[in-house]
This record gives sequence, structure tokens and C-alpha cells, in this order.
Amino acid sequence: MIKFNIKLLILSFFLLISLRPLQSAEMVDPIKVDWSFKGLTGTFDRASLQRGFQVYKEVCASCHSMQYLSYRNLGEPGGPEFSEQEVKAIAASFEIEDGPDSQGEMFTRPGKPSDKFKSPYPNVQAATAANGGAYPPDMSVLVKARKGGANYIYSVLVGYEDPPPGVTLDDGVYYNKYMAGNKIKMPNNLMDGLVEYADGTESTVDQMAKDVTTFLAWAAEPELEERHKTGVKVIIYLVLLTILVYLSMKKIWSRVDSEV
Amino acid sequence: MSEQEYTPKSKAGKWFNDRLPLLTLGAHLTDYPTPKNLNYWWTFGGILTFCLITQIVTGIVLAMHYVAHADLAFASVEHIMRDVNYGWLIRYIHSNGASMFFLAVYIHIFRSLFYGSYKSPREVIWIIGLMIYLLMMAAAFMGYVLPWGQMSFWGATVITNLFSAIPLVGDSITTWLWGAYSVDNPTLNRFFSLHYLIPFLILGLVVLHIWALHVPGNNNPVGIDIKKPSKDTVPFHPYITIKDAFALLVFMIIFAGFVFFTPNVLGHSDNYIPANPLVTPAHIVPEWYLLPFYAILRSVPDKLGGVILMFSAIFILFVLPWLDTSKVRSAVFRPIYRQFFWILVIDVLMLGYVGAMPAEGIYLVLARVGTIYYFLHFIVVMPVVGYLEKTDPIPMSISEPVLTGGAEPSLARKINDKV
Repeated sequence: MIKFNIKLLILSFFLLISLRPLQSAEMVDPIKVDWSFKGLTGTFDRASLQRGFQVYKEVCASCHSMQYLSYRNLGEPGGPEFSEQEVKAIAASFEIEDGPDSQGEMFTRPGKPSDKFKSPYPNVQAATAANGGAYPPDMSVLVKARKGGANYIYSVLVGYEDPPPGVTLDDGVYYNKYMAGNKIKMPNNLMDGLVEYADGTESTVDQMAKDVTTFLAWAAEPELEERHKTGVKVIIYLVLLTILVYLSMKKIWSRVDSEV
Repeated sequence: MSEQEYTPKSKAGKWFNDRLPLLTLGAHLTDYPTPKNLNYWWTFGGILTFCLITQIVTGIVLAMHYVAHADLAFASVEHIMRDVNYGWLIRYIHSNGASMFFLAVYIHIFRSLFYGSYKSPREVIWIIGLMIYLLMMAAAFMGYVLPWGQMSFWGATVITNLFSAIPLVGDSITTWLWGAYSVDNPTLNRFFSLHYLIPFLILGLVVLHIWALHVPGNNNPVGIDIKKPSKDTVPFHPYITIKDAFALLVFMIIFAGFVFFTPNVLGHSDNYIPANPLVTPAHIVPEWYLLPFYAILRSVPDKLGGVILMFSAIFILFVLPWLDTSKVRSAVFRPIYRQFFWILVIDVLMLGYVGAMPAEGIYLVLARVGTIYYFLHFIVVMPVVGYLEKTDPIPMSISEPVLTGGAEPSLARKINDKV
């Protein structure tokens, strides 16, 4: 009786957790992509991260900020892993405002790897005003900030459609199959051949969407690879220790006429 | 509990112990006679101590890097995640640690309910435990506010607004709690201060909880008093320490699974959106461990009524030792109560589930049914069943499964199976 109920209890608990995503039942389920960073030992595809950065830089960055990332992150292990020279060159291609200098004046200088990613607008209000009243969200943790994560971001990028009959859209509003409420103020910016990939990969919409989503997934969780690697080691260590402690326990309790 | 007087062997030890008997205390904790038939449900006390210490240690490190300011809090959390060495690990241990803490405390509480550990002479242990649980909920709620994401902000708004339901002075109290006319920077500052304070209050109560436990000694799965300490008990060390260590390690494997492989699954994605007082999230939901109470709150159409009922759901547990009229502690020997116990477990899980759903349609109906059963269980079922139930024969002692009343050998086996 008790044993049966404990199983029921555990089952109900997992049911409880698994049913939570049902809260947003009004949305179409995002497309499931078999990302390389999924799973217990998932890692990022280095080439895809570098291409994704290119898409971000040439397309997304004109409206979206990524204020919590620094240029140096692009060269760190577990990320796109650009070489030190490349990181310096990327940083230097941006004009960063610094100061005040000894005269009290602000000045601009070429970016350094330690600088944060330059934002396209000085503040949220300016970004909102320049984009038809819709603030283009900061993309630093966007993948973690959306239910469905990377799958959702990718789906929205490829989910633009003509509105079904009967749906009228205001100016500057677009129809997207995967967006909550189906209305999005971001236009469909991706079209085949939009960027010229340095590694020669064909830049289809699907390819660019996957690459930039991979890049955003890394940006949101730059520790992912280290986390997975450490996690596997920690679990192995704990399992071995558990076995040793279990055997010790059995030995110690063998002196007593009671089960453990 | 009668114990032999402890005398340290060394002269220095004796000198110190005469002035502050710490060594006597140590010897008491080591030799503490513990029922030898404790099962794994009894390992959660040690697990909870581990959880508390983990939260305090990781929390102290996080506080070195966190900035309690409405404009900087979110960015400082990202700073911890990206720039602080192993900041991601410390923060994920702390945030998942809260969930693991509640998972363990719920098992601990339901274990107490099943085996009647709240009953005489252990009422004070139970009440101190409930005070710890209340403080845990306060600490967890305030901790969830600190990252200053959307759920932080709106969760804080919903919960603090509950106090405005108090007649006449409600609005003044809410403003006083906020330190402003809405949830704002002063609210964040005081929540941080209190979030740092409460764990140490909990630590103090844990000391009292264990002290109160060491007066009557542990309850046990058969729920009877220790007859012969030499036969029925084992010294706490090494028997219980090694068993607790084993259970703790199994718990840590699950804990590590969350931290390293799904660190955000128990949180809400909206909390990675910075707090915005102008945009309300579609569904404001608390963390999973508060959902049953949230369901009770929303099951009442009247705000004040909902608040009263929600707080009653916790405070009714304080009088539980006096609502339960049964002379038998352990549900192992209470065939009727045992069924109601599992109904209560399922009821609370269901309330948690509907707490996560929109308060409408079938969910609202389920929330109401669940709430009514929750209170019926404590107010009606426990006194009445305890009075009417014909309990199974209980053993004479822990070491001798000889039963009072019509003893039959098969029953002894049955009991062993159940335990």
C-alpha cells in the first residue's frame, strides 16, 4: 500500500513539473530543433557561433542591444572562440564613448576587448521611439527569458507568414505564427543571401536563423559547456562516494540486528 | 534522558569543560540514543541542515557581488553569472537550493504527519518546525524578489498587496511595507536586508528544534516509546551519521542534476526580463513551493477571505497536535487515517497544480474542492477518525515485534513490510 502510494506520489510530482508549460496554451508549439548544445554533454558548434555573431553584428545589432556581454567574451573558452587578434579587431571596429578626460570632456576611442557590447541606442526610450513604440529587447539573456528558449527564438525568426484571411494588421505590425498573439513589430529581416558568411556557408534564412539562435543561446548561457563538463564530473564523483558510503553503512549496521 | 556523566580525559579538556561544557554537549550528540528502526524518511532532518548551511554559505558569497538597487540589481546578477569566478555555479546552487530545501521540508513535514511525530510529547518540536517553515517561506519569497526580474517585481506586488485587504489600516500597512507608494527601490533594499537576516533566525530555531527533539528523543516508524535503550536504540554516531550521509549523498546527486543540467527549469523564464512596472506578465505565478497556498488564496472570490484562508491553511497546523484525538502515533497502525493521509498528499499536490494554472473554469472548481478538503482534513477528519478508528495492534517494543491484543505472527511480518 505505502510503496504503491510513494510511486504515485513521485509520478504526480513529475506530472506537476511537466504540466507547467501548459500555462501558455494559446501559442503554437515552437519547432523542435536538434541543437548541438542540448543534452547532458551538449556543446556549442564553434563555426555556427562565429556565423551567428556575424548575423547578429550585421542584422540584429542595428536595433537590439546586448549590454551584458563584453567583446572579450567572444574569445573565451566555450564561446565562438575568436582568436585574440580577431577579438581586438572586432572591438576596435566600434567607436566607444569614454571619459571624462582630465579636461572634463567626453571623447570617443576605438573599442577594447574589455568594453561591453556597444548598444545601438543611448537608452530604452530612444530605442522604443525609433522602433514604432516597441522596444527591441536586449538580447543578452533573451533565450533564457522566453518559454521554449532557443526553439522559440528560432521559430519566431522563421515564422513570418501572410496573415490569414480576416486578420488585419496595422502599419508596422507583422504576422508571425509562433509569436504570442501572432503580432510582432519586428519586420522579417532575414532573406536568403543577406549576409556573406566568411566560411563560405550558404546563407539561407534557415541557416542564419539557426546560427544566430545558437549565438544567442551561448550569449545567455556562456557557462553552458563548462557547466555540462563539471556536472558530469561532479555526478560521477558523487555516485562513487555514495557507493563507498553505502558499503560502509552496511558494514557498520551489520553489528546491529536491524535493517538499513 | 538519563546519561552517564561525561568527563574529558585530558586535563586541559577538563579545565575547559568545567567552564563551558561544550565537550559534554559533543559527547551527548555523539552518544544520543536513537531508535534503531528509523527509516529513510528520517534522514531529511540532516538533509535540511545541509540545505540551510548551503544557502547561508552561497548566499554570503552572492551578497559580496550583488547590488540591492532597482537600477543595478538585474545587472549585478548578470555580473555574477558572467564575470565572477564560478558565480554561475554559486547562484545556481543558491536558486535551486531553495527548491531543494522546500522539497526536503515538505517530505519532512509529511513524514511527521504520517508517523504522528507532532503528537505528545513532541508538540513543541512541531511548533518550532512550523515557525522555521514560515520563515523559510518569507526568506524564499524575498530572495525571489532580489534579481529584480518581471516575476520578482510582480510577485512582490501581488503578495504585498494582500496586506491591503486588512480593513481600515490595510493601505497604510502596505505603504509601510513598501517604503514607497508601490514596490520600488526601498522595497528591494529592505527585502535584501531581511533576506540576509532570516536564515540566521532559522538557524537559531533549528538549534531549538534539535534541543527540543533531544528531550523526548526521536519518534520512530512504529510510533512507540523506547522501552529498553540498550535494545531499542543505537548511538547517533556512527549509526545515524553514516545513514544520514548516505541519504544526503543521494539527495546531492539529484540536487547536482538540477544545478548542472537544468538550472532554470524550476524558475520562470519571465524572471530573466528586467522588472518593468508598466508591463504586467500574462500570468503571475509564485515559485512551485508556494503554489498550494496561492491556489487557496485564489479559490475565494473575496480578497480578504482569500488572505484569511491562506494564512489559516498554515496556522491550522499549529494546533494539529490537539486536533488529532488518536492515542496511536504511527499511521502504520491506523488503517483509516492512513487512507486520509494519502488523500491529503494528493489534495496538496493537486492544489499546487491548479495554483500554476489560470484561476478559471475547471481549475477554479478543483481549487475550491481542494481547499475545502484541506480544511476538512484537519478540522473534521483528524478529530473524528482519531476518536472512532479501530487501530491495529501495536508492538510491545521496537526490538520485539510482539503485539498487544490478539497477536498473530503474520501481523508482525505485515508490520515489518509496512515499515
